[in-house]
Amino acid sequence: MKFTLSWLNDHLATKATLDDILALMLKAGLEVEEVEDPREKLAAFTVCKVKEAKPHPDADKLRVCAVDTVDGEKQIVCGAPNARTGMTAIYAPLGAYIPGLDFALDKKARKIRGVESYGMMCSTRELEAGEDHDGIADLDASIPLGTPAAEALGLNDPVIDFEVTPNRPDWLGVQGIARDIAAAGGGRFVQVDIKKVSGNAECPVEIQLDAPEACPVFAGAVIVGVKNGPSPDWMQQRLKAVGIQPKSLLVDVTNYISLDRARPLHVYDAQKLSGPVVARLGKAGETLEALDGKTYKLSEDMCVIADDSGVIGLGGVMGGQSTAVSDETTEVFIESAWFDPLRTARTGRATGIHSDARYRFERGVDPHSCLDGLNMALALIVEYGGGTVSKPSVVGEPPVNPRKVTFYPADVERLTGLTVKQTEMRRILKDLEFVIEDAGDAWYLTPPTFRFDMEQSADIVEEIARLIGYDQLPTTSLPAPEGGVRAITTPMQARVRTTRRVMASRGFLETVSWSFMSKAHAALFGKIDESLTVANPVASDLDYMRPSILGNLAQAAQRAANHGERGVRLFEAGPIYLGDGPKDQRTVVAGLVRPYNERHWQGAPHTYDSYAAKADLFAVLESLGQPGDRFQVADPVLPQWHPGQAAALKLGPKVTVAHFGQLHPGVLKALGVDGPMFGFELNLNALPQMKAKATKTKPVLERIDLTPIRRDLAFVVDQAVPAGDLVRFAQGADKKLISQAEVFDVYEGTGVPEGQKSVAFELTLQPREKMKDEDIQALMDKVVAAVAKGTGGVLRG
Amino acid sequence: MSDINTIETEALASIESAGDLGALEDIRVAELGKKGRVSGLMKQLGGMSPEERKEMGPKLNALKTRVDDAIRTRKEMLEAAALEAQLASEKVDLSLPPAPGPKAGALHPVMQVFEEIAAIFGDMGFTVAEGPDMEDDWHNFTALNFPEGHPARETHDTFFMKAQEGDDPKVLRTHTSPVQIRSMMTQQPPIRIIVPGRVYRNDWDATHTPMFHQVEGLVIEKNTHMGHLKGCLIDFVKAFFEVDEVEARFRPHFFPFTEPSAEMDVKYTRKGETIEIGAGDSWMEILGSGMVHPNVLRNCGIDPKEYQGFAFGMGVDRLAMLKYGMPDLRPYFEADPQWTRHYGFAPWATPSVSGGLS
Repeated sequence: MKFTLSWLNDHLATKATLDDILALMLKAGLEVEEVEDPREKLAAFTVCKVKEAKPHPDADKLRVCAVDTVDGEKQIVCGAPNARTGMTAIYAPLGAYIPGLDFALDKKARKIRGVESYGMMCSTRELEAGEDHDGIADLDASIPLGTPAAEALGLNDPVIDFEVTPNRPDWLGVQGIARDIAAAGGGRFVQVDIKKVSGNAECPVEIQLDAPEACPVFAGAVIVGVKNGPSPDWMQQRLKAVGIQPKSLLVDVTNYISLDRARPLHVYDAQKLSGPVVARLGKAGETLEALDGKTYKLSEDMCVIADDSGVIGLGGVMGGQSTAVSDETTEVFIESAWFDPLRTARTGRATGIHSDARYRFERGVDPHSCLDGLNMALALIVEYGGGTVSKPSVVGEPPVNPRKVTFYPADVERLTGLTVKQTEMRRILKDLEFVIEDAGDAWYLTPPTFRFDMEQSADIVEEIARLIGYDQLPTTSLPAPEGGVRAITTPMQARVRTTRRVMASRGFLETVSWSFMSKAHAALFGKIDESLTVANPVASDLDYMRPSILGNLAQAAQRAANHGERGVRLFEAGPIYLGDGPKDQRTVVAGLVRPYNERHWQGAPHTYDSYAAKADLFAVLESLGQPGDRFQVADPVLPQWHPGQAAALKLGPKVTVAHFGQLHPGVLKALGVDGPMFGFELNLNALPQMKAKATKTKPVLERIDLTPIRRDLAFVVDQAVPAGDLVRFAQGADKKLISQAEVFDVYEGTGVPEGQKSVAFELTLQPREKMKDEDIQALMDKVVAAVAKGTGGVLRG
Repeated sequence: MSDINTIETEALASIESAGDLGALEDIRVAELGKKGRVSGLMKQLGGMSPEERKEMGPKLNALKTRVDDAIRTRKEMLEAAALEAQLASEKVDLSLPPAPGPKAGALHPVMQVFEEIAAIFGDMGFTVAEGPDMEDDWHNFTALNFPEGHPARETHDTFFMKAQEGDDPKVLRTHTSPVQIRSMMTQQPPIRIIVPGRVYRNDWDATHTPMFHQVEGLVIEKNTHMGHLKGCLIDFVKAFFEVDEVEARFRPHFFPFTEPSAEMDVKYTRKGETIEIGAGDSWMEILGSGMVHPNVLRNCGIDPKEYQGFAFGMGVDRLAMLKYGMPDLRPYFEADPQWTRHYGFAPWATPSVSGGLS
C-alpha cells in the first residue's frame, strides 16, 4: 500500500517529520518497504535566475549564461534552446548527481568549446520530475532564488510503501493509517467531514437484495447531467504518486475513495442499465464480460450484480463491460455495497481476478461505510463534474456489529511482562476508537466496525503493547528449565547425526535434494501412488513425492560428471514417502557412487563395486550399533536395483532394512544418466530400536586368556548357494565357540566339478576352557555336518 | 706354553679380519669346534698332572672365553653391517603417491546449521521434535488459527497433493508450525521444543526455492511472557553468530497463530562480500515470533488461562547464508561437489555450546 505524506496529513495533524512518521509506522506494525522522497533525490538542486544569456562565441547552439545561484553568480554554458535572459530555472552545482542522466557533474569547471561552465541548468526529465526535455525547466518568475527544486516543481511529497498485514484491511485506506500513527503518538487524528450533496428526488434505480448472506447492504444514488472529464490535478497527482493511472473523473473518484477510506465503490452508466439492479447469486451457465475485457463463467456460489439484461458485475470483485462508464457518460449510478469476505475470496480465487475491490472486500470492508462512501463520491463528482444528485437509496442492513471483547487489563503484564498504567491503556483504546465499559478486573470493549481482528483479551494486549512499543518490554533470558537440561535428540535424530558423519568420513559429499521428483521417474522405483502427486507442482518434473533418494542422487552425480568431476560420491539423509499419511514418511540415508578407476603406479587399485557399497552400508550399520551380520542378504525386492548385482538386507522374512549394490542399468538409462552406479539406501526407521539400558555402568570385563584357535575349511557346493549360507550354517554349529568365520577364497574351475564352486573360509574358535585335539575335531565334524545339511556342501579333501 | 699365545694371537687376528659371517663361522669351527685348535688344547688337560692342570686349566679357559668373545663381537659387527647393506638396498621412493582412496567428504551447511541451532536451544532446555512433511489442512492451517478461506492462507503459496476420493487434499507443510500442534496434542506442558525440518512453498526465483528449511520453537509454561521471548531470541542470535553483542529490535507483525506477534530485526554491516551481524547501519529481518495465540492453545486442549508461552520460526537456509557467506540460495539444492566441498563442513565438525559451534 502506497500513500504520500501530504495525503496522510489530510487525516493527521502532526509536526512529525518523515523520519518520525516512518519510525512510528514501524512501532505500530506497519512495515515500511520503500520510501521515495523526491526532496532527498533533488536536495542538490535549487532555483536560479538567469541574469544574461548570450550566444557562445564558437557554437551556434550553445549559450553562455550569467546565472544568480545560491552559490553566487556562476557562468554556465547551456545547450537548451529556451535559455534566455531573465529566466527562472533549476541550478545543478558542480559535482551534483543528475538522476535522469545517471551521472555526476565533474567537481571542477569544464571548458565547453573553450568557455568554462560552472554547473548546469536542468530539464524536468533530467531531474526525473517530468517528461519535458525540449529545454530546461522554465519556472514561474515569482519563485525566489534558492528555493529547493522539489518544492519549486511541486514534488515535495514523499511516497511511502508498506506491507498491509491480512488482519488490517483498514490500513488499505490512508485514514486508517493515520489513525494508528496518531495512536502511536504521531499527532492528532483528524476526522475529515463528508459534505452531503444529495438532492430531493428518489433514486431512479431500484436496488434489490436477493442474497442477503452475500450482499446484506447496498447504497446507491444517481447523478444526472454529469460531465465525465479528467479529474482535478490534485487527485491525479495523488493517484499517480501511488502508481495509479488517472482515467476519468468517475473512475478516479472511486479509486481515490478506495485508497483514502478503504471503501470500494462501483460506477455504472445509468443509461445502460435496464430495470432494477439486483444483488443475487449467480446461476449456472451465466457469464460476464468484465472490465478487464475477459469473459468469466459464473457459478451459483458467486455474488453477482444483475439487471434485466443479465449479469452486469461480480459483486466486490469487478464490474462488467456492458454498463461501464465512458467519456460520454452523463448519468451515473454509484454502488456502495458490502460483500461477504469469504464469498468474495472464493469468487476471486475461482475467477483468478485480482482487483483492488476484491483485495479489500476479502479482507473486510467496514460494513457501516456504505453511506459515507457514497456521499463522499457524490460530493467529489458533483464538485468536479457537476450534475443533479438523487437521494441515496440504502437497502438492507449492515451485518451485526462485531461482538464485545472481554479484556482483562491484568493480561497486559501477564503476557508481555510490562506494567502499563490503566490510564495509558484507556488512552490507546480510545485512540483506536474502541468503546470501553469498565467493570473493574474486566473491561467490555466494543471494537470499531472497521476492525475484524478483535476477538479476545490477547488481541487487546497486542494493541496496547505495540502502541507503547515492543522496545519498552523487558528483555529476560529464559530461566533454566525445572529439573535441568537433558539429551535433546530422539534416538532417530541421533542415528541421522551419526550416519552423516560416517558417510562424510568415508568420502561422501552430503546433498540436500528436492523431496520431489518427476512422476515418470518415480515409476521406475515402484508402483505410483496417486496420493503422492503434487496437484500444483512448481515445475512439471517436480510433481511427485520421492519414493527413494537415489533418483535425485543419480541425476546429481551425472551433472557433476558432466562438469568433469570423476569418482562422484554423494549421500543424503532425508525423507522418502510411501503414502500421504503422517506415518508414511521414512527417514533414509542413501549413498551413491559413480565410480572412476584411478590409475596408480602400483597397479590399478580396487574399483568401487557392489561389495564396496556393502562395506559403506555396513560401516553405517556398525556405527549405529547394528553390525551387518545381524541381517540376511537376499535378492533385491525393488526395481531400481540390478537383479544380479544388488541385494536386500533383511531382518527376518518381512522387514527389509536396506538395499545395496549396483543400480539397474535400465533405470539409470531412463533417468538419463550413464552407468554403472552403485550405492545403498538404508531405512533408518526399519532398524530395531536399541533398548534403553537401565544403567550406564558397563558389565565387568571378562578377560579370556586362552588363545583363539583357527582352522581353514573348504567346501564344494552348488554354484547357486550363497557363500553367506555356508558361513551361517558353519557358525550355527556352535554359536558360543565359533566367534568368527571369514571367507578367503572362492574358486571355480579345474578340480571343481562343473556347476559347483569351492568356498574356503577361516573359522575362529574362542575356547572358554582348554580344548583337547579330539574336542576340536569333534567340533569340526559338527561344522561339516551342519554345512552339508544346510547347503549340500561337501568338505574338500 | 707358547702354543697358547700363538693360537690366541693368530685366532684373534683372523677373527678381526673375517670379512663375512661365513668366514667367521669357519674360524669359530677351526678354533672352538670339536676339532678346533682351542678345543684340542682343552682336550690335553685330561692327560696332565693335577699341578699342571691347576695351572693350565684357568689359562685355557680364559683363552676360550677371549676367542669366544671376539667371535661374538665380530659377529654383531658383521650382522649390523649386513643389515645396513640390506636396508640400503631396499630404499624406495616415498615421494610417490599412495594408493588412491576417496577424496574428503563434507557435511551440508544447512544440516550443520540445524545442529548448531539445536545445540544452542538444547542448552536452554529445548528438545528436538519432528513431524511429517505432508500435512492435513487442519494441522497446517486451521489449528493454527488460519480461518478457512482467509487471505492469510493465500500468502503461503501452498502446494496441494492430489485429493483422494472423499478426502480433502493434503498439503505440503508451508511451515514447521504444525509440529507445534502435534506436540501440544500429545505432550503436557511445560513444553520447550524446537522443530527443524523441510517446508514447501510454490515459489521459485532468485531468493525463493520450492523447498527450504525452517526451525520452529515453542515454549509453553505458566509464566513465560514476551520479555522471555525477546531475551531468548537475543541470546540465541548472539550464540548463533558467535558475537558478544547484538543490537536487535522487535516489530509488531501479524501471524494468525500468535498474539501479540513480532518480527525480529538485527543490525548488520556489509563489508564487501561479507555481512557482519550485531551492529552497523542497517536492519535485517531474521525471524517471526509471538505469544502463542489462545485459540491455538484451546485447539490443542490447553487452557490459555493456565498456560502461556511463545513460538518462533526462522529460515535456516538464510541464517546459514548470513553466517557463512553463501551468496546464493539455489546451489543449496544442486548437489554440486565444488560447492559442497567449499561451503561444507568436515565430518568431525560437531557443534556444541561448550566446544564452540563452528
